[in-house]
Amino acid sequence: MDFLPTLWFIIVAYLWTGYLLLEGFDLGVGMLMKLFARNNRERRVLLNTVGPVWDGNEVWLITAGAATFAAFPFWYASLFSTLYLPLLVVLIGLIFRAVAFEYRGKVDSASWRNRWDWAIFLGSFVSAFGVGAALALTTTGLPINANGDRAGGPFSWFNGYALLGGAAVVLFCLVHAAAFLMLKTDGDIRARARRLLLAGLPAGVLPMVIWAFAVHRDGGGTATWITLAVAAFGAVLAWLMAAKNRDGYTFTAMALFLVAGTATIFTALFPKVLPSTINDAFDLTVANASSSDYTLGVMSVVGLIGLPAVLVYQGWTYWVFRKRVSASHIPDAHSVTAQ
Amino acid sequence: MEALELARWQFGITTVYHFLMVPLTIGLGLTVACMQTMWVRTGKEQYLRMTKFWGKLFLINFILGVATGLVQEFQFGMAWSEYSRFVGDVFGAPLAMEALLAFFVESVFLGLWIFGWDRLPKKLHLATIWAASTASIGSAYFILAANSWMQHPVGVEMIDGRPVMVDVWAVLTNSTLLVAFPHTIFGAFAVAGAFLLGISWYHLWKRRSDGIDTVDDGGKVVVGEGTDNQPGRDKSDHKVWLQSLRIGAAVAVVSFAGVAVTGDLQAKLMFEQQPMKMAAAEAACHDGTGFSVLSVGNLGSESCDDITAVVEIPGLLSFMANGDFKTEVDGVKSLIPQYKEAYGTHIPDLPKYGERGGTKIDYVPVMEVTYWGFRIMIGFGALAAGAAAVALFVVRKGTVPRSKWLMRLAVFGILAPFGANSAGWIFTEMGRQPFVVAPNPDPNGIDNVFMFTAAAVSPGVSTAELITSLVAFTLVYGGLLVVEVKLLFRYVRGGVPSAMPELAHADDGDDDGDGKDKDDVLAFAY
Repeated sequence: MDFLPTLWFIIVAYLWTGYLLLEGFDLGVGMLMKLFARNNRERRVLLNTVGPVWDGNEVWLITAGAATFAAFPFWYASLFSTLYLPLLVVLIGLIFRAVAFEYRGKVDSASWRNRWDWAIFLGSFVSAFGVGAALALTTTGLPINANGDRAGGPFSWFNGYALLGGAAVVLFCLVHAAAFLMLKTDGDIRARARRLLLAGLPAGVLPMVIWAFAVHRDGGGTATWITLAVAAFGAVLAWLMAAKNRDGYTFTAMALFLVAGTATIFTALFPKVLPSTINDAFDLTVANASSSDYTLGVMSVVGLIGLPAVLVYQGWTYWVFRKRVSASHIPDAHSVTAQ
Repeated sequence: MEALELARWQFGITTVYHFLMVPLTIGLGLTVACMQTMWVRTGKEQYLRMTKFWGKLFLINFILGVATGLVQEFQFGMAWSEYSRFVGDVFGAPLAMEALLAFFVESVFLGLWIFGWDRLPKKLHLATIWAASTASIGSAYFILAANSWMQHPVGVEMIDGRPVMVDVWAVLTNSTLLVAFPHTIFGAFAVAGAFLLGISWYHLWKRRSDGIDTVDDGGKVVVGEGTDNQPGRDKSDHKVWLQSLRIGAAVAVVSFAGVAVTGDLQAKLMFEQQPMKMAAAEAACHDGTGFSVLSVGNLGSESCDDITAVVEIPGLLSFMANGDFKTEVDGVKSLIPQYKEAYGTHIPDLPKYGERGGTKIDYVPVMEVTYWGFRIMIGFGALAAGAAAVALFVVRKGTVPRSKWLMRLAVFGILAPFGANSAGWIFTEMGRQPFVVAPNPDPNGIDNVFMFTAAAVSPGVSTAELITSLVAFTLVYGGLLVVEVKLLFRYVRGGVPSAMPELAHADDGDDDGDGKDKDDVLAFAY
């Protein structure tokens, strides 16, 4: 197998995993703004646990998209054009969510905040669902023809995997966010987040396990049996650690679950990147969808500099903002009045 | 409308909109970094206030740039899949470099800056805004590298009908890029300059009309203090606005000089690289040497007979193109046959062109757009710079006149460089049509690398989908623009205390002893 396209397949998988791992909890926190927080102060606690970091987390999505474009233009073109409407919904969701994070506190009025809370909740929900659906469909197949274009109408991509993947990412984000809140908050919010995690974890991980198992059944082997087992172990460990009230281990175990889960999915998918449900001959693979070796070589140098650097400075950000956030840390709302 | 037109409208609307936020982000970001540097160095109160106030407006604007930037990254694949397949080997790389090397830095360090006021040592905190704002310039470089390749493809070879990158340095040092980059950056600073100028003018005016500042017999300002129920309107406040105004005006004037010089270089290059674009900028049907100040008639007509140049400056067009006043510049009429010979008269009848295959190619861009786009760009830019120079003179004695109309003019003047930026981009992108990747006419180059816009759109995407997204983006963007502008107005009217609550609540006197540990409260929270 060609070395550079394989390397870039791994990098793209790594970027998607990083996206789900990091933005996973801020998408979840966004949904919990409506599902979990009881009043404005609690909502502000939730918001401020992710405040300094959510934008950096979202860049993983942009980078995953851009890296796919650069390294696998045929994959990028087919996937994004086939899933035109769902990705439109993801984009609108992410736009509202981003603006809402920044604007929510800028006017001191309950109705203003409430509107942006809905934007955060719905934006987080639809983008998590849409990204999950898109990833599930690229790993299980789309109706693409010989040129890589969608056959059929605007919804011909729809099948059960779209729902499964959407549910998998939404539910994962919710329990992942609960683990994150255990780690990042204090007092009542933390205790409730722990209870949410203990009660919700089985449902939170199950759809992703089913999705991983489905891809594994189609293209996996011994390696993916092992990663699947590790994922299951991570989920069980997360529950046990939450039961023991060990928040750091709980979050780490959730991360282990996710990494092993996506590793299963992408390993089983390899060397395909986007199977065609019409004809196996139309499958997009690491070999036939990739850029030239020269381009991949150039991008490897860029990645070699950029990716470790991102880990260092993004990691440093998390360290700077490592303190728990609780209700007593939240300053009073500031109302702006004309001079 | 068919898919191609819809996709083009969508790209145009989303990109022009995105580029309302981008220049302000680039220009204001570095300006705020400089203000904060002054504060760290001198410890003077007014610099801290300037940093906080302009930083707040910067963030309100920045977030919309981020949100709409996502669409840019996705829509090549969504609406332009054939384009993405054709150019992916060379075009995706600068986009990925932008994400990996620049946008990551910008987003992460901006988060550190926003929330880091009380967490990071002063100098380290200052470094975060410098990292974020220089990264935004890096972003501009990579994005312009991608765009410049569409204007002037270099560094590739045609292999199996696709351009394959063979020289990344050629792509990153494209002659088109080397002039487009400074031109764009100067244009961004022109926006920031006018923004500082207009808003500061408003506040100096407000201080005068509220009776805080007065002028003596010599016209020199006598700075006053506001009353207790006018928090933050002290002498330091006057310094904030006067210095911001002067910085803004100076930045606007210098940027315009930069824009003009780089624009001239860019035009000379464009006469070589895309002669049709420049002929269309002039609505120049026939070969000639004069620059049209005003042409009337049916600019869109191919016959050229009903276009009349009413006012023309002899020799100027030759100067713009070649640096002399004599060499004739090709007009549209002599260029059309050259283009037809080189790139064909009809769109090939290939499946990838869909129903567009076999139709006649119109090599002349929409002349109303290119002609007026070019003039609005230059006109608005010059107008803003001229006004900024006048403003510098007007405030020499420390404040602005009491005229309400002058104040309104200064505030509306903020729009001029935005208009110039949009017009410039509309001109350069529309002027490239009918190509999405314009051919590189260099005889030693790679003249078979080009792509008609008609071939670039996604074949599998229906018009229904495109209408849905066009309407959705337009409505959402329109709504959010209203919200952003309202919020900006609100924060501008609030003055410095809108960004520094501590100024507004300084006289509350109940900060201590309420049981809450003050050190624990976040200096900034959403």
